[in-house]
Amino acid sequence: MDLNFTAEEQSFREEVRNFLRARLPAEISRKVLGGKRLAKDDFVRWQKILHSQGWGASGWPAAFGGTGWNAVQQHIFDEECADAGAPMQLPFGLKMVAPVIVAFGNPAQQQRFLPRIIDGTDWWCQGYSEPGSGSDLASLKMRAQLVKSGDGDHYVVNGQKTWTTLGQHADWIFCLVRTSTEGRQQEGISFLLIDMKTPGITVRPIIMLDGEHEINEVWFEEVRVPAENLIGEENKGWTYAKFLLGHERTGIAGVGRSKRELKKLKEIATKETAAGRPLIEDQRFRDRIALVELELMALEITNLRVISAEGDKKRAPGPEASILKVKGSEIQQMLTELKMQALGHYALPWLDEGLDADWDGDAAMPAYADHAPPLSGQYFNVRKTTIYGGSNEIQKNIISQMILGL
Amino acid sequence: MDFNYTEEQLALQDTLRRFYTRDYPFEHRRALAKSADGFDRSAWKAFADFGILALPFDEEFGGLNGKAVDAMLVMEMLGRGLALEPYVPTVVLCGGLIRDAGSAAQKAELLPAIAGGELMLALAHYEAGARYQLDQVATTATVSGAGWQLDGAKAVVLGAPAADRLIVSARDGKGISLFLVDAKAPGVSLRAYPTQDGARAADIKLSGVQVGAAALIGTAGGGLAVIERAIDYANAALCAEAVGIMSALNEVTLEYLKTRKQFGVPIGKFQALQHRMADMVIATEQARSMATLAAVRVDSADAAERSRAVAAARAYIGAQARLVGQQAVQLHGGMGVVDELNVGHYFKRLTMIGLSFGDADYHLGRFSDTLLAA
Ligand SMILES: Cc1cc2nc3c(=O)[nH]c(=O)nc-3n(C[C@H](O)[C@H](O)[C@H](O)COP(=O)(O)OP(=O)(O)OC[C@H]3O[C@@H](n4cnc5c(N)ncnc54)[C@H](O)[C@@H]3O)c2cc1C
Repeated sequence: MDLNFTAEEQSFREEVRNFLRARLPAEISRKVLGGKRLAKDDFVRWQKILHSQGWGASGWPAAFGGTGWNAVQQHIFDEECADAGAPMQLPFGLKMVAPVIVAFGNPAQQQRFLPRIIDGTDWWCQGYSEPGSGSDLASLKMRAQLVKSGDGDHYVVNGQKTWTTLGQHADWIFCLVRTSTEGRQQEGISFLLIDMKTPGITVRPIIMLDGEHEINEVWFEEVRVPAENLIGEENKGWTYAKFLLGHERTGIAGVGRSKRELKKLKEIATKETAAGRPLIEDQRFRDRIALVELELMALEITNLRVISAEGDKKRAPGPEASILKVKGSEIQQMLTELKMQALGHYALPWLDEGLDADWDGDAAMPAYADHAPPLSGQYFNVRKTTIYGGSNEIQKNIISQMILGL
Repeated sequence: MDFNYTEEQLALQDTLRRFYTRDYPFEHRRALAKSADGFDRSAWKAFADFGILALPFDEEFGGLNGKAVDAMLVMEMLGRGLALEPYVPTVVLCGGLIRDAGSAAQKAELLPAIAGGELMLALAHYEAGARYQLDQVATTATVSGAGWQLDGAKAVVLGAPAADRLIVSARDGKGISLFLVDAKAPGVSLRAYPTQDGARAADIKLSGVQVGAAALIGTAGGGLAVIERAIDYANAALCAEAVGIMSALNEVTLEYLKTRKQFGVPIGKFQALQHRMADMVIATEQARSMATLAAVRVDSADAAERSRAVAAARAYIGAQARLVGQQAVQLHGGMGVVDELNVGHYFKRLTMIGLSFGDADYHLGRFSDTLLAA
């Protein structure tokens, strides 16, 4: 047993830090650390910078431009990026569709799509959920019907996806579609890549509790999709989607981001005062911070245990991914709740302009309230983390049914 | 013991329920929250007609001589209706404060106007950096001619943008005093904003604000006890509002569990969710009991008994409301986090109640301090 990072790992951390210091644009990190609204371009710009360093897709196989880092290096990278205030690398292209294309796509698809993901050219969104199919994803209904024709076979797609994160910016959407209604539900699903500019697609915003436009409904009406955009075989889409679930573990716990937010919470609790004393000196509140810190300490080690064992192929898939998802999401929620609580009265104002990058406080309000505007909104926003990505109830079903055999 | 409402109380409850169903549906409320005023002036008129603006005042001043239990009933309904109108600032806080500490002339001038819906008020007491400590007032009142000059700043004054007059706390030579200030008086400036739950508040600056001798409410230096009492009333009212919201959330969530289908069955068939819903119902019943206790005790003449009950209720209900709010959202899945449905708005209001006039930790502290004294 050794809980220390090796010398090589330490020097890797140094290398990442130096890179971040040199290349992460200050105007972007300021936004991330201040909880400001990020623009599409902030994500894209950062992705291009990472790519120019050769670090655009750390989890990919080296043949497609991946870094070849092991899981611990990957963890260090995530942690340092979060701490420095780098925007998160959105998972939809890099971590969701790309591994599927790598594993099940044909060489033409790999050459066509992967380079444009890693260099930030294409923005991808995920079209899984439908209004009637959330937790029960396999019941999805969006139809794709193959039409053979002289000018190339194509699918005609009709239906609706929903909750599509940042779909308003997307160039492409990867969809689970129904290509057969025979047999088991899971056996009639295909994995289709759809260009968002195709006629017949309509994107409608869904406004969340924090007032922000982060998710969308995406409607498909007689949308023609070239048959070459099908991944793998028809009616095997469910297998590909499930493959992803078993593989995406690093990053799921969000340890790096939560560590950063814990630091921020402590900072706020030091600035906020109650009758002249910093809030952090209030034992009742400090204990609350301490309890989240304990959760996070445990999760960090759990996360490292899981990813260190990653290489060990003999082990059957365990409950790890579900544990990381459940705990990671709960910790994120606890942190935003405490940050909001720390604000006292200033948890109440809704200052929309406070999310603008160039907003630097309101002359009419006390200076220390300047950090307030995004925080209550963050609390309302991150209620999502226990709902999406397989709700925490579903994660517990997985643990109890699939793993424990109950 | 009698836990029943009277016929009259039930009739009022019915009136309010009908009002919110018919005249104040969720879509209307959503539009109001985005409007300039942030509330419905015709609803305020209706409140006057229903008599709820007159509720806590003596008949002599056009009031109905209601008790805190009547306020509880009203607040529960305002909670269910997600009312945006500044009822607590105007009627409960300021109205209650004038009722308890105002001079005969002040009562005669102000209470009938509140009761009639012609006057709105806000209590400008809390200041930045003081959190919920009621004795922390840096705003000053210095003698100026026959009256006073007020200087200072007030934080997040609920209902201030709509208020015709403010009740401002300030420190003079003797202690904390309370002054009635015209919201448009020279030297008063408001930075108004919406709050997370769609209501309105403002930060207020007072620079060289002149008020006459008649502006003093109660005795010079005697303001703190008056404020403590008014805020206890507000907190008892918020407990009832929270209970109204929790009941409403339980109803919409139960309905959702019965109608939303996944895996071929209503999601209410899943035992994990059945137990969650049962926990929410348990929490709400327990919260209702504490809100009742607070409503009955807040009328007590014994300040210690009054405060202890209110602190207990706010601390306890804080935890129950958190559970019900968070789980109502969770059980709605993605629908819980969208702006379009009432569930999210109930959740937001419930959350903001938990952070108004002291959070659950503050009230727990108040309550647990009484264990030492006992
Ligand atoms: C902010 C946000 C972003 C999202 N982004 C995307 C995206 O980009 N792409 C995409 O495809 N999807 C996305 N989703 C959708 C997300 O994956 C679904 O919301 C999630 O799968 C839950 O489905 P649902 O919302 O329909 O809830 P439901 O499945 O209807 O669930 C309602 C409640 O029932 C519970 N429940 C359901 N089944 C069971 C069971 N068997 N046992 C116990 N409890 C159960 C759930 O846990 C939940 O509490 C996003 C969602 C949100 C909120």
